[in-house]
Amino acid sequence: MAVMKDGPDEAGRYGGFGGRYVPETLMPALDELTSAYAEAKTDPTFQAELAALLKDYVGRPTPLRRADRLSAKVGFDVYLKREDLNHTGAHKINNTMGQILLARRMGKTRIIAETGAGQHGVATATAAALFGLSAQVYMGEEDVKRQALNVYRMRLLGAEVIPVQSGSRTLKDATNEAIRDWVTNVRSTFYVIGSVVGPHPYPMMVRDFQSVIGDEARRQFHAVTGTLPTHIVAPVGGGSNSMGVFYAFRNDPVTLVGIEAGGEGVETGKHAATIAVGMKGILHGSLSYLLQDEDGQIIPAHSISAGLDYPGVGPEHAYFHDTQRAEYHAITDQEALAAFHELSLLEGIIPALESAHAVAWVIKEQERLRSLGARVLINLSGRGDKDVEAVREYEEGMH
Amino acid sequence: MTSSDLTLRGVFARTKGEGRAALIPYVTAGHPHLNDLPQLISALNDAGADIIEIGIPFSDPLADGPVLQHAATQALNNGTKLRDILAQTKEISQSSVPIVYLTYMNPVYHFGVRAFIRAAAQSGVKGLIIPDLPWLESQEVFHDCEAEGISLIPLVAPTSTDAHIASLEIATGFIYGVSLTGVTGVRQDIDSGVESMVARIKRFITQPVAIGFGISTPEHARRIGAVADGVIVGSALVRIIDDAGDEAPQAARAFVASLREALNP
Repeated sequence: MAVMKDGPDEAGRYGGFGGRYVPETLMPALDELTSAYAEAKTDPTFQAELAALLKDYVGRPTPLRRADRLSAKVGFDVYLKREDLNHTGAHKINNTMGQILLARRMGKTRIIAETGAGQHGVATATAAALFGLSAQVYMGEEDVKRQALNVYRMRLLGAEVIPVQSGSRTLKDATNEAIRDWVTNVRSTFYVIGSVVGPHPYPMMVRDFQSVIGDEARRQFHAVTGTLPTHIVAPVGGGSNSMGVFYAFRNDPVTLVGIEAGGEGVETGKHAATIAVGMKGILHGSLSYLLQDEDGQIIPAHSISAGLDYPGVGPEHAYFHDTQRAEYHAITDQEALAAFHELSLLEGIIPALESAHAVAWVIKEQERLRSLGARVLINLSGRGDKDVEAVREYEEGMH
Repeated sequence: MTSSDLTLRGVFARTKGEGRAALIPYVTAGHPHLNDLPQLISALNDAGADIIEIGIPFSDPLADGPVLQHAATQALNNGTKLRDILAQTKEISQSSVPIVYLTYMNPVYHFGVRAFIRAAAQSGVKGLIIPDLPWLESQEVFHDCEAEGISLIPLVAPTSTDAHIASLEIATGFIYGVSLTGVTGVRQDIDSGVESMVARIKRFITQPVAIGFGISTPEHARRIGAVADGVIVGSALVRIIDDAGDEAPQAARAFVASLREALNP
């Protein structure tokens, strides 16, 4: 197995992927961010402050535990890394805590963010409230309607939610609008990106903040079993929870499996399986895989899970795919829904629909995994409370 | 005057000789209707444009404000395709002042960088402006543009460092100075920092400097024309085209003529 590099090159490239495709106006801000982050990364004071917040405010380390009834049913060991037990209910806050600390360190007083389902928006609003910073969150008008509860949460936390009416009125358009805001207010504003996407240094920085998941999981798994998992399975939208859990295992003999949203089926065109389609392109600041038409226009993604509903994917995942360090598969809406129920019934854990995609793949591949004597670690990236209403409506609509 | 007669540099040499700044209006291809481009380009030529910027519509134009976002969306909904724009440009460019394309990077990348630049050159295009391709990322595109005989036009923003400006000395064509920190759009006032930005650019390099973003009225054009070598007007013109309906070519001609009048010495 090839030894994986620790990070991108000076230009922010992972193999040929990544880079900085942004207006010239932002280039000095990205340089400033790169050096501020490099200093913070090696500053024990910064790291101690972040570690204390993750422990006492976010509630880390999150547990890792064998899912006994699911394991019995599939006939091999399945372990769950419980990112759903973080404050605010998902892994997103690992990253927003880090970025808000960095924003304070850089003297930026205004925070902006994009959000799709609202989980990153809530995590940003939470971190901003904790430090008394003003936050504005861009959210597609469609998502504002679909995720009314998260909109209210953000407002409770003191953030302003700005509905975006351009394009497909979803996450990609919210991201465009956040970048436009940043170009306009670059001197005062810190842009908190929610996934391992965007121009360098964001994919690296977000991965570093999320890699606490894999660092803990590697220690915990070893402590419980005396060995490492054979497979790590995690959902991939932009790819922050999956890169966060993969990264610590990148040079271990462990199969890394990223699960994309197959929507109504990759063959229908209504999906978010960026890597499965495999066309390279440039969006939101980096070169990666992208859903696009024959003219290079971006195609809106589709998934029952709003958190996976993004037409791009982080450049480091594109690199892991190209070097075959990780494998990527698609799970449909229907398969994810079945797993949403299955995990609720078997383990008393209602998973986020994103995480249900990972569970679904393990159930789907159980025969092969059983014959391999697999020890599977699933990154349960978030809890499903946010999805309960949508699932109920969806299923009532079907019957 | 045809585009084969004049290089981009040649245009600025001529306008400088006339004691005025070059006028560079912008239109989005496929807007407001699929096949309006030839008529609009003809109107801009009649009105006294010196260079014309044709925008290739993109689904996610993150450097553009509401007016140009709307124009791009409308153009794409009209069924505008890159190959059709190239074909139309080839016909138009024979009888037009020099044409440059403004395009985002993904359509270029998806078409194939070298293939796109060659196709643009064969359509008579003299230069490319790519707002999401910063100079540090542009080596391949720059090299291919040089090889095909067209200019990659770099941008300078108010936030740009002196080192960035100095690194543009290899650029052919002209420098696109962004008047403000922000996106394209119609604005009431022009940024007070323009004059000092132009002066800062000229301390390091000798290329002509055209200023764009937010220049909306003949009075704006006059004031920018007094300090820069070129004046780029996009959103204000596209908004007039939007408002004019079937009279778009006439309205565009009248507005651009008024801008040109403001630039005359």
